[in-house]
Amino acid sequence: MEQRAGKALLKASGLTKRFGDILANDSVDLTINEGEIHALLGENGAGKSTLVKMFYGSLEADAGSIEWSGEPVSIGNPAMARQLGIGMVFQHFSLFEALTVVENIALALPKPGNMSALSARIKEVSEDYGLPLDPADIVADLPVGIRQRIEIVRCLLQEPKLIIMDEPTSVLTPQEADRLFVTLKRLASEGCAVLYISHRLEEVKQICHHATILRHGKVVAECDPTKETAKSLAQLMVGSAVHLVNRSTSATKTGDVRLELIGLESPAQTPFGTSLQAIDLDVFAGEVVAIAGVAGNGQGELFDVISGEVRVKSDMLMIDGESAGRLNINERRQRNCAFVPEERLGHGAVPGMKLSKNIILTRHTTGEGIVQAGFVSDRRAAELEKKVQSEFDVRMSQPDPDAKSLSGGNLQKFVVGRELDRQPGVLVVNQPTWGVDAGAAALIRQGLIELAHSGSAVLVISQDLDEIFEIADRIAVISRGQLSDAEPVEEMTREKVGLLMAGGAEKHAPMTEGAA
Amino acid sequence: MFEAILLTVITAATPLLIAAIGELVVERSGVLNLGVEGMMIMGAVVGFGVAHHTGSGFLAVIAAILAGMLMSALFGVFVVYLATNQVATGLALTILGLGVSGMIGESFIGIPGMRLPELYIPGLTELPFIGPVLFSHDGVVYAGFALVFLTSYVLFRTRMGLILRAVGDNHTSAHALGYSVLKIRFLAVLFGGACAGLAGGYMSLAYTPQWVENMIAGRGWIALALVVFASWLPWRVVAGAYLFGAVTVLTFHAQAIGVTIPSQFLSSLPYLATVVVLVIISSNRRLTLVNTPACLGKTFIPDR
Repeated sequence: MEQRAGKALLKASGLTKRFGDILANDSVDLTINEGEIHALLGENGAGKSTLVKMFYGSLEADAGSIEWSGEPVSIGNPAMARQLGIGMVFQHFSLFEALTVVENIALALPKPGNMSALSARIKEVSEDYGLPLDPADIVADLPVGIRQRIEIVRCLLQEPKLIIMDEPTSVLTPQEADRLFVTLKRLASEGCAVLYISHRLEEVKQICHHATILRHGKVVAECDPTKETAKSLAQLMVGSAVHLVNRSTSATKTGDVRLELIGLESPAQTPFGTSLQAIDLDVFAGEVVAIAGVAGNGQGELFDVISGEVRVKSDMLMIDGESAGRLNINERRQRNCAFVPEERLGHGAVPGMKLSKNIILTRHTTGEGIVQAGFVSDRRAAELEKKVQSEFDVRMSQPDPDAKSLSGGNLQKFVVGRELDRQPGVLVVNQPTWGVDAGAAALIRQGLIELAHSGSAVLVISQDLDEIFEIADRIAVISRGQLSDAEPVEEMTREKVGLLMAGGAEKHAPMTEGAA
Repeated sequence: MFEAILLTVITAATPLLIAAIGELVVERSGVLNLGVEGMMIMGAVVGFGVAHHTGSGFLAVIAAILAGMLMSALFGVFVVYLATNQVATGLALTILGLGVSGMIGESFIGIPGMRLPELYIPGLTELPFIGPVLFSHDGVVYAGFALVFLTSYVLFRTRMGLILRAVGDNHTSAHALGYSVLKIRFLAVLFGGACAGLAGGYMSLAYTPQWVENMIAGRGWIALALVVFASWLPWRVVAGAYLFGAVTVLTFHAQAIGVTIPSQFLSSLPYLATVVVLVIISSNRRLTLVNTPACLGKTFIPDR
């Protein structure tokens, strides 16, 4: 497909945005035509979000101009963007959990009119586009896939000429994603333009007419994605040949069970949290087991239970054959376990503390000489910090900086490296490469695989199917707090994982909300 | 006797009701103002002072409202625009209010106050029983009920209320949609201050028409607790306030007729009864969770 010959709808010239010392967007030119699905590609931190925020009026450009249908415009705030006909579906949803579907939509419309008329319109439009919604539902009760529908329908009701979608499929099962593509193609055929932000190259090839590739805030290439291969697109994004993870052979026969969950149950800890129900899982020495699932299906809760932040009955969790459900996190660490939570800044590391102090925080009880006769050895902590830094290529502007001064990818390398460096017998990681560039992700994944090969049990919780298929020996899927049996990666396909993500293996009736 | 009891119940419940409704709106917008006690006492002392100097109940009530608003504006500037810690700033506001009111009110101690006049409603006030109980109060009692009705209507039936609830539920999203989180919160804080000022003024102009230092005596804190136990729903605040008022008055009468229960127990009874009943009402966990403003107490700093 050629770039659609339609009229230029949005034309950005020389857009520049600076945050402190960082040039997030450096003189970006971009043209979106009517009825075109235009992909915006780039690694995390390439400046995609910054660019679309300027289109949507939530950021102001330092320099450059935007033309809309040939007229120069200045988009001062999101309300103005919506007035022009620009709608946006956010990556992290912008919905209000305590409000109903119709209230959420009314908030985004300049003149919502009366609620019952609006409800009727929502029903009509949502069914028309194959995205059925019940306007009276409270958002907190709805799964992520439906929440995205609300955002899309909210855009559609504004009769937009351009819809910006930020990583829309990152929260969908493969089947839900296919349904979304049908809707997008229909919108394009009706003349609506779509700016599609993604780093999933296969889907960009599948649905986009044109692609603009950003790297370090600059446009480095424009192309027709259908004529490129996923590999060539990846090279354009990263700027060099992509380093692939070396799996050697899939782990040979596995050793003893090192981590065991037996009928594990745990009630929801927070208002809209998930209860874990009858979870069984064995992780053997020498293998990587991955847990796939759509966000918010109990991944965080499961991690908290395994790490000891939330305790369960003693026999529900065994470490190296011993009951460990009542042990606290440090007692588990002393049994040679290590944990890396999802949120690296604030949970995995204390933002305002130096990296060496952050090392002390997770490793002071593990008998590595950090605490000697009750006193903290700063010298030993600094040694370990340097070791992690060099082994995992953590880049920093000054020696031993505060955790918050590191970029996301570097901090992630640090928090994962800090635990890998201990050579733990059991490692549990939640979202090991979330928001990390391809180079750092490959390094982290390689580290996880090598740890498993050295005889440790590695459990990875991830929402990135590419990552899971790249590193896992066995895959289990979590859905509404229930876990499917872990099956060897050779016997799993994306379609099968997708069905499991949508609840295909749920053995128990879901717990009714609030019953706990 | 029964009439008299009912009358005192209404008088005891009104200040709690008004202060709590104001705080409910503030909390629905996502701000926790622990300075209710401080704003009430300022309303009380300023209301008393103005009544004493001008002799006008109306001016006194207006002055009490303005005093509460002024206090809340101070709080709002710090918490909303300078993004200070809400708990610490709220506590400081209470301490400030208690101190400043003591200073302003020093010369008022021992002066007899004026009581707000009761409204006379032709045709209704003469009715037997119903007349004296329902239709012979000062204007603030009726204003309190109007306030509950209006708040409930605005919060759940109008766009303004929807936006307010949205800001309290998710300030990041509200900002992304283009709503001015800070402005909305500041206005809510001012409304809360106006209500607290009015409630405080009622204390020194109707409940006990005189000035005594620290005369709010913890009612600001009760109002705060009522909001939580009422699951942020206006009509439940009414139930809580009246229950508290009723038990308070009953304990007085119980002491008067010589019930031999230790007075300490009797004076703690209103608190216990209110807590127990409201805990039972709010036991519908799901409803409570949906109504709890998710951003309550969280500071918002817009990215532009």
